[in-house]
Amino acid sequence: MIADKVLNKLQQVGYKTLSRFSRVGRASLFLWQVLLSLPYVIQRPRLLVRQLYYVGVQTLLIILVAGLFVGMVLALQAYIVLVDFGAEESISLMVSLSILRELGPVFTGLLFAGRAGSALTAEIGLMKSTEQLSGMEMMAVNPMKYIIAPRFLAGVIAVPLLTSIFMAIAILGGYFVATEMLGIYEGVFWSQMQNNVDFYDDVINGMIKSLVFGFVVVWIAVFEGHDCMPTSEGLGQATTRTVVHGSLAVLGLDFILTALMFNV
Amino acid sequence: MIFDNIDMDIERGKVTAIMGPSGSGKTTLLKLIGGQLKPDSGSVIVDGENVHQLSQSALYDLRRRTMGMLFQSGALLTDLSVYDNVAFPLREHTTLPEEAIHHLILLKLEAVGLRGARHLMPAELSGGMARRVALARAIALDPQMIMFDEPFTGQDPISMGVLVKLIHDMNQALGMTAVVVSHDVNETASISDYIYVISDGKVVQSGSPDALKHSDSAWVKQFLDGDADGPVPFHYAAEPLIDDLMGGIKSVRS
Repeated sequence: MIADKVLNKLQQVGYKTLSRFSRVGRASLFLWQVLLSLPYVIQRPRLLVRQLYYVGVQTLLIILVAGLFVGMVLALQAYIVLVDFGAEESISLMVSLSILRELGPVFTGLLFAGRAGSALTAEIGLMKSTEQLSGMEMMAVNPMKYIIAPRFLAGVIAVPLLTSIFMAIAILGGYFVATEMLGIYEGVFWSQMQNNVDFYDDVINGMIKSLVFGFVVVWIAVFEGHDCMPTSEGLGQATTRTVVHGSLAVLGLDFILTALMFNV
Repeated sequence: MIFDNIDMDIERGKVTAIMGPSGSGKTTLLKLIGGQLKPDSGSVIVDGENVHQLSQSALYDLRRRTMGMLFQSGALLTDLSVYDNVAFPLREHTTLPEEAIHHLILLKLEAVGLRGARHLMPAELSGGMARRVALARAIALDPQMIMFDEPFTGQDPISMGVLVKLIHDMNQALGMTAVVVSHDVNETASISDYIYVISDGKVVQSGSPDALKHSDSAWVKQFLDGDADGPVPFHYAAEPLIDDLMGGIKSVRS
């Protein structure tokens, strides 16, 4: 009896492990096929532009609003800590470094996974369940090239752009709070930032992070859509997985990238 | 296993029907022919080429040259209008100028009677209209063969009549080979030249519609006549009712 139960459990563990690994394998093959399809997208810029509008422009508003508030809150918190040491003039340093190095790329990655990633998964999954992808295959048009690749490339391009917009608006939010509410001189605010923020170490590293996050989040989103079970339940699960896995991937990768970039 | 040792010939220029109960793998068969699924063993030959041994580009080439498929749902691209849906294969696969494509689309839509609906979006179409648009799209590149996946399912009598007429006309007028997968006995029998009846992964019987009507297989008879009870029993396999009733509530769970 007990031996049976143990065997059953072992079997389950084995099965789950195998299916996880085969998923990773499928996702890798899928990525390879997407990358091979990219030249097709470059010949069809119209497909790309359309998707850039959907994943990029339509995510802009949420990025702007979130960026503004994050920057404003950071300035307030920085002031509370720094004023005790009489160092409130360094407020711009704290705001800009945390935005450029961490919060800009991470927040954008998370918001993108929630807003655009879930929409991509749902759209592709619905195309699959309504046989649009099969139909395209039978019309001898490869959906990998026509549907998946433009969405993938659009996402990879959009995330770094959105990140830089997030960074800019967050710093402006911090500037507004610092100068208008907290009475820091404008000149001090900007010169502190100018003297201490390094273009390569801080700005470029932040952009590299956002490129990695964008790549991974869009990869997860299009794969989940393409791999989902073509039922309403399967579609719901796939959309949830995109947001959960996408967000966790952003946070996990952020730790690894930070450790690598700043030589800690 | 879905199919066991199945052997079918689909003759050029004829209407061949594949009939069988729901869940007998009819759609799977079409996907095998179209190369969307791979069999564990066996081969599918279309126009002299073994579908499952072709490279991806050769397979796409074969599909473009020889096959069209009409899906149950129509599978129209939901973000394109009726006009652009029919234009889709032409724009993807030909270098025709837009003017020529315009003429072709109007002619194809005229053939299915929906020239006036060209500005509608797929969401605005009824199920029957969506299938007709999908048919116009499937014939846009003049394929040698069209596969129909359950073309009559869920259609009102008029749409059904229209589809029957369209399949018949395309075959007669254009000499297009048609493969019709269906379980609507009368409609399918009225237009097909040859019928395969499949069940449990095997061809149970095949022949012309007339020959099948006089079949002496009790199973085929039940299927064609739509009898509730027969070789396919009305009841799902279960223990006798009296035992079940006396077994108490627990029997539901065990």
